Amino acid sequence: MKALRVDRSTGRFMLARLVSGIDTGTAAKIGPLTLTNCEPPALVNNEWQRVHPLLTGICGSDLATVEGHASTYFEHWVSFPFVPGHEIVGTLDSGERVVIEPVLGHAARGAELPFPDAAPGDGDDYAHLAMPPLEPGIQIGFCNSTGGGWATELIAHASQIHTIASDMPDERAVLVEPVAGGIHAALLAISHANKTETPLFAVLGAGTMGLSAIAALRKYSPQATIIVGARYPAQMRLAKTFGATSVVKPDELMRAVRHAAGCHVVGDYLSSGTHVTIDAVGNSDSIALSLRMTRPRGRIVLMGMPSEVTTDLTGLWHRETQLMGAYTYGTETLPNGTKQRTFLMAIELANEIRAEQMLSATYPLSEYQQALRHASEAGARGAIKVAFDMRQEKLR
Amino acid sequence: MPRPGFVLDVDRSTPPILFWRGENYSLEKLPADRSRVIYAPEPEAAIDDIDSAIRHALLNPIEMDPLPTLLFPGMKLTIAFDDISLPLPKMTRPDIRQRVIEAVLDLAADAGVDDVHIIAALALHRRMTEDELRHMLGDRVYDAFAPRGMLYQHDAEDQDNLALLGETPHGEEVEINKRAAESDLLVYVNINLVAMDGGWKSTATGLSSYRSLRHHHNTHTMENSRSFMDQHKSELHKSNWRMGEIMKKHGPKIFQIETTVNNDTFPSAFDFLGKREWEWNARDRAKFVASSAALNRTPARMRRNIFQSIEAPHQMTSIQAGEVEAVHKVTTANVYRQQLVEVQGQTDILTMGIPFICPYNVNSIMNPILVMCTGLGYFFNLYRNKPLVREGGVIIMTHPTTNEFHPVHHPSYIDFFEQVLTETTVPSELEARFEKKFAEDEWYKHLYRTGNAYHGVHPFYMWYWGSHALQHCGKVIIVGGDAPTIRRLGFTPASTFNDALEIASDVVGRSPTITHFHTPPIMIADVK
Repeated sequence: MKALRVDRSTGRFMLARLVSGIDTGTAAKIGPLTLTNCEPPALVNNEWQRVHPLLTGICGSDLATVEGHASTYFEHWVSFPFVPGHEIVGTLDSGERVVIEPVLGHAARGAELPFPDAAPGDGDDYAHLAMPPLEPGIQIGFCNSTGGGWATELIAHASQIHTIASDMPDERAVLVEPVAGGIHAALLAISHANKTETPLFAVLGAGTMGLSAIAALRKYSPQATIIVGARYPAQMRLAKTFGATSVVKPDELMRAVRHAAGCHVVGDYLSSGTHVTIDAVGNSDSIALSLRMTRPRGRIVLMGMPSEVTTDLTGLWHRETQLMGAYTYGTETLPNGTKQRTFLMAIELANEIRAEQMLSATYPLSEYQQALRHASEAGARGAIKVAFDMRQEKLR
Repeated sequence: MPRPGFVLDVDRSTPPILFWRGENYSLEKLPADRSRVIYAPEPEAAIDDIDSAIRHALLNPIEMDPLPTLLFPGMKLTIAFDDISLPLPKMTRPDIRQRVIEAVLDLAADAGVDDVHIIAALALHRRMTEDELRHMLGDRVYDAFAPRGMLYQHDAEDQDNLALLGETPHGEEVEINKRAAESDLLVYVNINLVAMDGGWKSTATGLSSYRSLRHHHNTHTMENSRSFMDQHKSELHKSNWRMGEIMKKHGPKIFQIETTVNNDTFPSAFDFLGKREWEWNARDRAKFVASSAALNRTPARMRRNIFQSIEAPHQMTSIQAGEVEAVHKVTTANVYRQQLVEVQGQTDILTMGIPFICPYNVNSIMNPILVMCTGLGYFFNLYRNKPLVREGGVIIMTHPTTNEFHPVHHPSYIDFFEQVLTETTVPSELEARFEKKFAEDEWYKHLYRTGNAYHGVHPFYMWYWGSHALQHCGKVIIVGGDAPTIRRLGFTPASTFNDALEIASDVVGRSPTITHFHTPPIMIADVK
């Protein structure tokens, strides 16, 4: 099969890290990523199926890996070499079109489910992620045993496979995975603000994840005031389309929140602020800003993968702010108390918002350097999501 | 004998014309044979003995008894005065207000009045600093009254110190400063810089609250005033005059003192700015070249300090005191005498250079909202009968229009620019959607009451001020400004004056008539 593969090479990771500040395309060229023809992964048992990707998105965590910025935290949760790519729409051998829920959960590894009908992302013990029969890997796209979406083939467990309707275009389906992430983050926000009828949310960052969170906040909390800090015009336009109450530049966000909350400013902090801030950026500055504009006893949902940050947490301590991660999805508890799989909700929401609006460009695998450069410069180039298109690949 | 205002028809021999560009200026060549320039009348002669004139006005009021007869021991006397928003630029010391208030205080002392409060009629403007108050009132008045809490600034959000006097037949609530309302006599000390000032607007606006102001500071009023420099065709005035009727019935006795100043705007270092270009001598030309070159090399902050430190030599040309309406009639005639310029017919393109100052950025920054207000709110409305520019015509302004705000003076302006103008620039829409929230914002109230901030609703009023022009014009172009900021205002940026004319041709064709409104000095175009 044809695949883009990440090898364990400390030197290449370091080189990529050095060069990525200048050009992601070059980082992709000299870094740990190579375009190769290799053997497809073997099916583990009859619960597994071959998936032939049609489109696979390029995610921020993929870019961090390719550019050598991923945290050492993941060293024990991934297995080399691996094929990146976890935002996948593809076909099974039967020709059925599917989207893949990439987390390699208990069912995929033959472990006992944490509760009946648990989704792959559920549970409070991650031991299974590093245990046989698969090599370690938090999800497809980071596991040697399964392959990933930046290839013409991979394998997926039955628990990860969701059939999609024939009228759902590939361009929409490839966004289901990030939309699911957005729903998960939004529900973490909504659950914390469930005592008020008119919650105030801020979303910092309006890339694919931030936009997905905005759409989910609007759907599941229709009365909410949603203020978005977005850097680029295309992001601002879509944020508004997906339901933001107001969209401002990031450096204007705190003022907008203050105005919406009707609170005071004390030093660098708002006296009150949002009920919940969703930080879809995930760096020191964005976390610091989130701390300043989230009300005491509010919550910050950290949606962007942060890696190492330096932030003064005195405000967090004093204001008893909750700082909560939002990695993926699983089984959600909706505001009305019912439970539902995030991925099924995501398919529905992707259809409602016509998620393909977020797909800006596609590239064949052979043009991976240009694709990665485009993805890393997406905002500035007026793009949101960039994806690989395998529909014309000969080895499919 | 000062020369009256003048309309110059531009021909090939006409030199380039001065255009203000904020804290700088440029010379622009206007197209010959279809352009004209409107110049203000020359400054009228000032009153020689100002103190005697003041005393004479107080002792010989119009349709009212002399001030000394209204003063008696044990009475509550309140003196209210116009704030820092005029005159522009600030006048050299002693300010007229100081002279008038000192004269009133002398008479009060003679009459044995000891319960005297002096109140700055701020309405929703920013509180002034001690330095600013000292400049305006003099050290003697300040030191005698401020430390004892008897000189202070009206607080339109101090609910305990407001008094509701009643409602007009139009449902307009009249709520003013309680001390003023409960006084035996309210003496109002005014400087009438433009025809809009004075009359019932002094008290019904200057000493009122948001509850009261909202009835006339709104888009309906502004869009239906033709213009608010002509009180007979101004909805703003009609509303204030209706409120005046309530004040007459239920308010305090008012002794109105109105003054006018001449338009001697610039000190000698900058006097060429008030001259007609073809009359510039070699010294004027040298001053222009040297000052504009120096300003081009001067950091923005320093440029601002230079211009804000200008003190105008303008002086008092009249003072009249007594009954509000009778006094204001005389004042308005005096203002018109200094400022009216007869102009024949409208124009396709109206050009105006926006200077460094307007009523709301004294010792502050001319932010983008104020650029809009100065151009479309004030300069556009400096007309009688009909606007200088025809309906559907184009306005071209020159100003740097940077995205810069004074964070202490204009905090709600920043939010208005960032959060409201990104949604809409239509006055009636932003009024309906956003005004209430800004007006009732506790943080803005806090900054207005305890700091030096304009009230939260103030940027809306600035925008409303320009709503008649927005309705009237086909396009607004700003030359030499920051393009994204100008677009945020809903206007079109142009890099040069010629670019602006090119852009304007889409609306008014290839050979439009052009009129340059050469202000400051302030004038009013009487368009026939």
